[in-house]
Amino acid sequence: MNSHIIEKNKAGNSPDVRKDIKIKTVDLKVFYGEHQALFDISLNIPSKQVTALIGPSGCGKSTFLRTLNRMNDLIDSVRVEGSVLIDNQDIYTSEIDVVSLRKNVGMVFQKSNPFPKTIYENIAFGPRIHGEKNKSSLDHIVERSLNQAGLWNEVKDRLNSSALALSGGQQQRLCIARAIAVDPQILLMDEPASALDPKSTTRIEDLIGELRKDYAIVIVTHNMQQAARVSDVTAFFYEGQMVECDDTEHIFTNPKEERTEDYITGRFG
Amino acid sequence: MSGNNIPYRRFKEKIFKGLCRLMTFSAILILGVLLYHIVSEGWERLSSDFFNNLPSRRPSQAGIKPALWGTIWLMGLTALFAIPLAVASALYLEEYAKKNKLNYWIDINIANLAGVPSIVYGMLGLLFFVRVLALGNSLLAGALTLTLLILPVIITSAREAIRAVPRGLRQASLALGASQWQTIWFHVLPASLPGILTGVILSLSRAIGETAPLIMVGAAMYIANVPEGPMDSYSALPMQIYDWSSRPQVEFHELAAAAIMALLGILLFMNGIAVWIRQHYQVKGK
Repeated sequence: MNSHIIEKNKAGNSPDVRKDIKIKTVDLKVFYGEHQALFDISLNIPSKQVTALIGPSGCGKSTFLRTLNRMNDLIDSVRVEGSVLIDNQDIYTSEIDVVSLRKNVGMVFQKSNPFPKTIYENIAFGPRIHGEKNKSSLDHIVERSLNQAGLWNEVKDRLNSSALALSGGQQQRLCIARAIAVDPQILLMDEPASALDPKSTTRIEDLIGELRKDYAIVIVTHNMQQAARVSDVTAFFYEGQMVECDDTEHIFTNPKEERTEDYITGRFG
Repeated sequence: MSGNNIPYRRFKEKIFKGLCRLMTFSAILILGVLLYHIVSEGWERLSSDFFNNLPSRRPSQAGIKPALWGTIWLMGLTALFAIPLAVASALYLEEYAKKNKLNYWIDINIANLAGVPSIVYGMLGLLFFVRVLALGNSLLAGALTLTLLILPVIITSAREAIRAVPRGLRQASLALGASQWQTIWFHVLPASLPGILTGVILSLSRAIGETAPLIMVGAAMYIANVPEGPMDSYSALPMQIYDWSSRPQVEFHELAAAAIMALLGILLFMNGIAVWIRQHYQVKGK
């Protein structure tokens, strides 16, 4: 019944003006055991822009996000078909080392998950496991990352106190700082502000606006206003299919698909 | 429903609460009576001679030195073997093993092994460690047998501690590009360590009081020297207690009571460590 949508996807969805494609998925299918969660997703994600994935719960947007850094590998029954190309290299071939892939593709989770260690150790862990041992370089990375995440001024006097003592919004910005400390090129965010109060949410959104200068950002969100505010490109997912992907402005003002319009105007979902 | 049975419900509530309280106190009361009995009987016998003398036919000169050191040696060796084995098994089963038939089978059997009577482990130890590996009546054979005995319990409690580590912690580490080994070493193990150690100490406390398997693998009732290495023969406190309490003379019963106090002292000390570890790490985690 959804075959017309698949046809459309195959025909190519990307706004042709976009030059710099960072991630390209081709006919991506994901199965959890017998259950198929994603159907032939072909999507281009531009670099140095924010791409928002929207859609009702269970539509596969988080699953899609997790294929981009192979976090789905952690689930036993998962099977991925089709391809995901980052800088034109398929990340699902056997030559790809998951460790270096994930260094390159950072992730921020819905529920902030700082390590139960000091603020400093939270940031320094990533660079350290990737081989940075020099204390002053680590200090520098910690300061730079916290600065980029807009947290430095709030925590610079207590870098050695526990990260768990921070507020929810601060913890989430710490997680962002931790993700960018390993110098990724892509940042995946899975509903990064859904557990935060409005003020903290605004801070995170401002931060995303800052970070888009340096990273390709893919953000999953349930909040349509948020997608409209922070993103350059929006992809609408529904029941494991990608219905439509376009400039955010077009999606929200003049969607091509009726289903998209129904969703963003709140008729379902 | 109607409000007029509320007094009756309150009454039932009170009865139930009272019953629970009674049961709790009766357990503690029995323990108290037992302790009083032992302490009043053995108190006179506690002296530095008691800890420094060899066992003797003459009660006035008898001491627990070889048995005490035998027990300490046994605990040390058992911990040395059991902890790495149990932690590695628990990590494998929780972090690496896929959900397949083989691992399901391993799962069930570990749970079953925890319920096997200790004398059966004693027979296994006699057959395998004492005879097949020809370790004889050595501390090593005893410690390996006790290791087998407590291994399933430690594995199970370590697995629970590991499972209690939030998934978000593992994901955060993996998403930064940490390998699974780095994730386990830097995050999962430190977070689960208090739970694992508590399980280890409580299991060792169980092993320390075991007599049956030690009889099977040839711990001595009487021995005239303190063990100096893992291949030496040995006695242990429960053996000594068993020996003394089965003699007719009252003096030996007093000695047995004093030895029980020594054993309880070690147990309390170990449980104290377990409590300390838990609280120390909990405070640090916050």
